[in-house]
Amino acid sequence: MRSTNPIAALFGKSPIRPMQKHMAVVAECAARLGPLVAALQVGDWSRIAEIKDEIFALESEADDLKNEIRSLLPRFMMLPVDRRDLLDLLSSQDDIADAAQDVAGLLSVRRMAVPAELADKVEVFAARNIAAVSQCRDVINELDELLATSFRGRSADKVLAMVDELAGIESEADALGMELAAALFELEDDLEPLDVFFWYKLVHMMGRIADQAENVGDRIRLLIAR
Amino acid sequence: MEFGMVFVTLAIVFGLYMTWGVGANDVANAMGTSVGSGAITIRNAIIIAGIFEFSGAFLAGGHVTGTIRKGIIDASMMPSPEILVFGMLAALLAAGIWLMVASYYGWPVSTTHTIVGSLIGFGLVGLGAEAVEWRKVASIVASWVVSPILGATLAFLLAQSVRKLILDTEEPFRNAKRYGPVYVFFMGVLIALVTLFKGLTHLDLELTQWQTVGIALAVGLVVAAAGKVLLDRVRVDAEADRDFHFASVEKVFAPLCVFTACSMAFAHGSNDVANGIGPLAAVVTAVKTNQVTQESSLPLWILALGGGGIVLGLVTMGYRVMRTIGTKITELTPSRGFCAELAAAATVVIASRLGLPVSTTHIIVGAVLGVGLARGVAAIDLRVVLGIVTSWLVTLPIGAALAAFFFFFFKGLFL
Repeated sequence: MRSTNPIAALFGKSPIRPMQKHMAVVAECAARLGPLVAALQVGDWSRIAEIKDEIFALESEADDLKNEIRSLLPRFMMLPVDRRDLLDLLSSQDDIADAAQDVAGLLSVRRMAVPAELADKVEVFAARNIAAVSQCRDVINELDELLATSFRGRSADKVLAMVDELAGIESEADALGMELAAALFELEDDLEPLDVFFWYKLVHMMGRIADQAENVGDRIRLLIAR
Repeated sequence: MEFGMVFVTLAIVFGLYMTWGVGANDVANAMGTSVGSGAITIRNAIIIAGIFEFSGAFLAGGHVTGTIRKGIIDASMMPSPEILVFGMLAALLAAGIWLMVASYYGWPVSTTHTIVGSLIGFGLVGLGAEAVEWRKVASIVASWVVSPILGATLAFLLAQSVRKLILDTEEPFRNAKRYGPVYVFFMGVLIALVTLFKGLTHLDLELTQWQTVGIALAVGLVVAAAGKVLLDRVRVDAEADRDFHFASVEKVFAPLCVFTACSMAFAHGSNDVANGIGPLAAVVTAVKTNQVTQESSLPLWILALGGGGIVLGLVTMGYRVMRTIGTKITELTPSRGFCAELAAAATVVIASRLGLPVSTTHIIVGAVLGVGLARGVAAIDLRVVLGIVTSWLVTLPIGAALAAFFFFFFKGLFL
């Protein structure tokens, strides 16, 4: 009996489901920023440390999945999309988790009090960034449908519309980030200089989450355009 | 002929072993895509294969058998019928042993390439280069290049048409039910046409052109109607559609894959049975007539024996290979398995009618690549293709060398 049957050996493991699993973990990781910011508002440092650990664990789970997926994509695999594009997409997905990790890292190390004037704005801004990631996850969940129609036609149009929506969310997040920065500027004289510096830094770090989510969308565009 | 019964018995044993091997290994390859995509169960695949492999071998296996039996070696160059018998026995034994070795190491070796290589080896060494019908050999070797490419092209076009007509439409589920029977119709007509067109003379069935076309169309309509009945029973699975929007559509392709599996088994039987019974038939007629001429027609019992051997291999071991394949190809959806198998079946059945011994496995691989080129398969390991090309190049000389060796062995033993 043949140990390696040619027909059985012909089919490699699909990277699609693992990519979706990776994205789900990344989205879970980014979603933890919601409770993280809520804990920040009330200054619950032990809760922040807890959530930070969760985020770090999810980020490392995403890393492991990323490496597993890379091992599924050696050069001799014939894929329905460009191998390079797929690897870039994977990196972009992973960047979201890294961005979330950076925020969690900063907030767990530096005990930052939230000025009352910023409280609402921080919450809305964080929520919008998280929304961008969850839209991003919905896009990635369409990958199997994209494969079903060979990355063309109706599925592709639908996904492109979802990517446009993702870009819209990212713009909104940008605007909210600017509002937050403007409010921060107004407060500069009342706050410690170092606090001001780190608040700007936090705004920038959070904004990167939606930026990275949009990057994923752009990669999907490339994947479809090939 | 002295030792006549010994030769016939040996030929039957070797020939049965070859067809058994075809049933044990190659049938699973031919039908693996249907089983792997989950469209049909292993049990059903075995039942389908049993019926249609046998029918293919019995009804349409004569043309390729003729090629193996008398197309590659020029019988008029044969000094005595004994030489022909030794050569054919040597070819069978060489092919059997090489296939056993290849199976052991898991090399993707083609039964067809092996037997053709063995015949050439016997011709070259036993009779001299001029005894080999090089033009026929050239056309066979060309068909080994052309047939996977044809399979790939057909599969590519089928995948595109399934996408345009069914998957990428407003109502893919309804369109799958609408166009499914149409595909089945064309498949039925094609197989019936190539089988009937001057093909059933061994059953004393002479049909006029119009009768052939008429029967082929009727066969097409009957299978299309059967397809429609099966497809009408498929219901939308809203639950599964939430996760994967094409889940219900793919369910429609499952019964369609039953038809392509039948076609594939028929096509495979019609082509691969010759590998075992071609040399067997040559031995039987040489012993019976004590002449080298192979003018007499192919005895029906030999075709039946070949079909039976395939079924035997299938039930004794084929189901295990089928299970292996089934568990390893889980990434293929029924719609893609359908395209690949339909394209491969069409290619093989045409080759069978032309009397060209082709490798069914290679055509299936070609067809899967064709679907892949249509961006339809998640991941295809191209190293397998390289392995196939390599074993292709190795098999011919090794088959030839082994056959030459056994030829002298038999000659020394009996003469």
